[in-house]
Amino acid sequence: MIETIWFLFVVLMLVTYVVLDGFDLGAGILHLLIGRTEDERRTVLRTIGPVWDGNEVWLIAGGGTLYFAFPRLYASGFSGFYLPLTIVLWLLILRGVGIEFRMHIASIVWRGLFDGFFALSSALLAVFYGAALANVLRGVPLQPDGDFFEPLWTNWRVGPQPGILDWYTVIGGLTALLALAVHGSTWVALKTRGDVNVRARRLTLACSPVLAALTAMSLIATVYVRPAVLDNYRVHWLLLVIPVTVVIALAAIPRMIKRGRERDAFISSAVFLGAMLAGAAAALYPVVLPASGDAAWNMTIFNAAAGRHALSVGLIWWTGGMLLAIAYVVFVYRTFRGKVSAAAQTLY
Amino acid sequence: MTQALLVHRLQFGFTLTFHYLFPQLTMGLAPLIVVLKTLALTRKNEHYNDAARFWARIFSINFTLGVVTGIPMEFQFGTNWARFSKLTGGVIGQPLVMEGVFSFFLESAFLGLFVFGEQRLSRWGHWWAGVAVFLGSWISGFFIIVTNAWMQHPVAYTHLSNGGYDVANFWGLLLNPWGLIQYAHNMCGALVTGAFAMAATGAYYLLDGSFREHAQIFLRVGVVAGVMASVAQVFPTGDVQGRYVARHQPVTTAAMEGLFRTETGAPVVILGQPDAENQRIDNPIIVNRALSFLIYGTPTAEVKGLNEFPRDEWPTDIPLLYFSYHIMAGLGTLFVLVMGAAAGLLWRGRLFESRWMLWALMLAVPFPYIANTAGWMTAELGRQPWLVYGLLRTTSGSSQLVHAGNGLFTLLGFMGLYGLLAILFLFLVFHELARGPEPAR
Repeated sequence: MIETIWFLFVVLMLVTYVVLDGFDLGAGILHLLIGRTEDERRTVLRTIGPVWDGNEVWLIAGGGTLYFAFPRLYASGFSGFYLPLTIVLWLLILRGVGIEFRMHIASIVWRGLFDGFFALSSALLAVFYGAALANVLRGVPLQPDGDFFEPLWTNWRVGPQPGILDWYTVIGGLTALLALAVHGSTWVALKTRGDVNVRARRLTLACSPVLAALTAMSLIATVYVRPAVLDNYRVHWLLLVIPVTVVIALAAIPRMIKRGRERDAFISSAVFLGAMLAGAAAALYPVVLPASGDAAWNMTIFNAAAGRHALSVGLIWWTGGMLLAIAYVVFVYRTFRGKVSAAAQTLY
Repeated sequence: MTQALLVHRLQFGFTLTFHYLFPQLTMGLAPLIVVLKTLALTRKNEHYNDAARFWARIFSINFTLGVVTGIPMEFQFGTNWARFSKLTGGVIGQPLVMEGVFSFFLESAFLGLFVFGEQRLSRWGHWWAGVAVFLGSWISGFFIIVTNAWMQHPVAYTHLSNGGYDVANFWGLLLNPWGLIQYAHNMCGALVTGAFAMAATGAYYLLDGSFREHAQIFLRVGVVAGVMASVAQVFPTGDVQGRYVARHQPVTTAAMEGLFRTETGAPVVILGQPDAENQRIDNPIIVNRALSFLIYGTPTAEVKGLNEFPRDEWPTDIPLLYFSYHIMAGLGTLFVLVMGAAAGLLWRGRLFESRWMLWALMLAVPFPYIANTAGWMTAELGRQPWLVYGLLRTTSGSSQLVHAGNGLFTLLGFMGLYGLLAILFLFLVFHELARGPEPAR
């Protein structure tokens, strides 16, 4: 029971991370396309400048919560995904430096360099996140003691000795890239005026059908690669609400943009991301890391959880801390609400 | 030690040492920025606001690097130290999440407001944003020290049937006496770095003949904070921590001091090289009976030497541990002298004209970084051969399936990337120094 509560908490934090950091990753993926001039690029960066770092805290806090509540999963998953996770760390470093150091020096070359860092790392991070989730859904070569190690790629097939990248996880990575690009473009549209706004809307409309195709492809591929993902849905019919939500939200994004309802487009995109992740979590539960070999070696929330006492005290401070965190987030987003204007701030 | 274990240790040591160059400055500067903002409000002098804004820029460069080099620390618990994480996650995962939940959200939210929101907030609102950043950075330090303290001195835990550990007492874990002492000592160290950085910047501007008013503010705030912090660093916090280590990790104290054999009336070795093979100190300069006095308050007390302990419980790198400790303690003493002299001159109103003192303050700026690094090396090398003292050996904590080739690949990658960060950092800091404190635009 308490394991299920912590499973929900971890999922909730990861969803929050993807929805919040997702829009600034998306803005990073697209900012060279949306912003043609220095002023326009700064406008795009200004929409995420005061919040991106706080958004990333959800990754740190979510990762920490995973470590605390499911130490075996954290240990096994992080050491098994050693290479891609380290590369993710390098990309996070490049990206943080890209956005924060850019503003300090007013030189075309300097800013061009950091724009490049920022765009490249944002795009690759999205691909890696998608591939990571696909790895978990597909299953990893877990040994009986709960450890594994995956090379970056083997033969690109979904077999008993898979790599981080194979045809299935690459589809997952591309889906994430497009999903975050759409998410970011709706955010930029919501927060800007003028040419930047127009280009952001156009990019939303251009990317949405591609995203829809990739989403359909990845869902079909997932069922093909691991038919067991349908088990929970067969037992609990109510869960079908999730895929229905995915479809409705995805369809709503371009419709809302066409009607000029930017806020609703952004919310639709957030709901789409949340529902995709919730759908994955519902397909996995109570497994958290499936074994590609013997299903008896699956890592579940029960055999991965920390001690009882730790988990129960944790409920108290975690809830309190989350309420505080939500209060800060609301406060910051309220302070920086509305569309950014060209001359409001000196930085970025 | 296998090659893989060596690579895991090197990578964690390297990334952690590099990481802590930045938080020690941000934790040290944050309260000083609050002091500047407070003076701006009470003295109605815009120079203080310019000064605060200048330091907020330096702070945010350091904060960015602290954040991006800090995420790898949390991740590496899982990637490189999987067996350790598996067993201890339920205990030390607790303070690690609390750091994220109680500190990082606060810090990141209000740093954005502090840096970007000056025009959007009232004067007091901006002051509060500064206070929140200060609290966030100090809370973060606390939870990390609690994590480390459990590894140094595990308390409040029970054994699980699968070999892991569970928390037995939440408040016992958070209020681990080792952690409270270490926190006080560590935060004094951060303040020393912050104060020296501020004073050195003031000294540089005065010697350079630029930004005179701001320079005097930097020197006044930096020197007053510096003399208080560097004294508190030695006494009481350093003294109490030293005695606590001697009580709970006596073999560590013996190795730190280079005390190979038990002695009554043990001396303090001021200088000299430990010869671990022949178990003696070469070229020693010693103060007789001082160690017995420092630890037990009486010059004739018996202090246990390394010979009392089985070899497999000796710290694994005794010469490095010995030098780390001596560098930390030696520099800590020098800081008291330098800041004491500067404070005396400030008190008499002669500091701003004493060019030799300004030169000394300016050139002193790297040394607090060295002392803080050496202090942490003392703590971490002194903990060896244990990962969790007395419970889990370092040799049984690393990820077993990550072999040396993959470890070296990422270690080299980190070294290259961090080298690039170091160059960018120095370039930007010098650029900001040249730009200097300026009025709001």
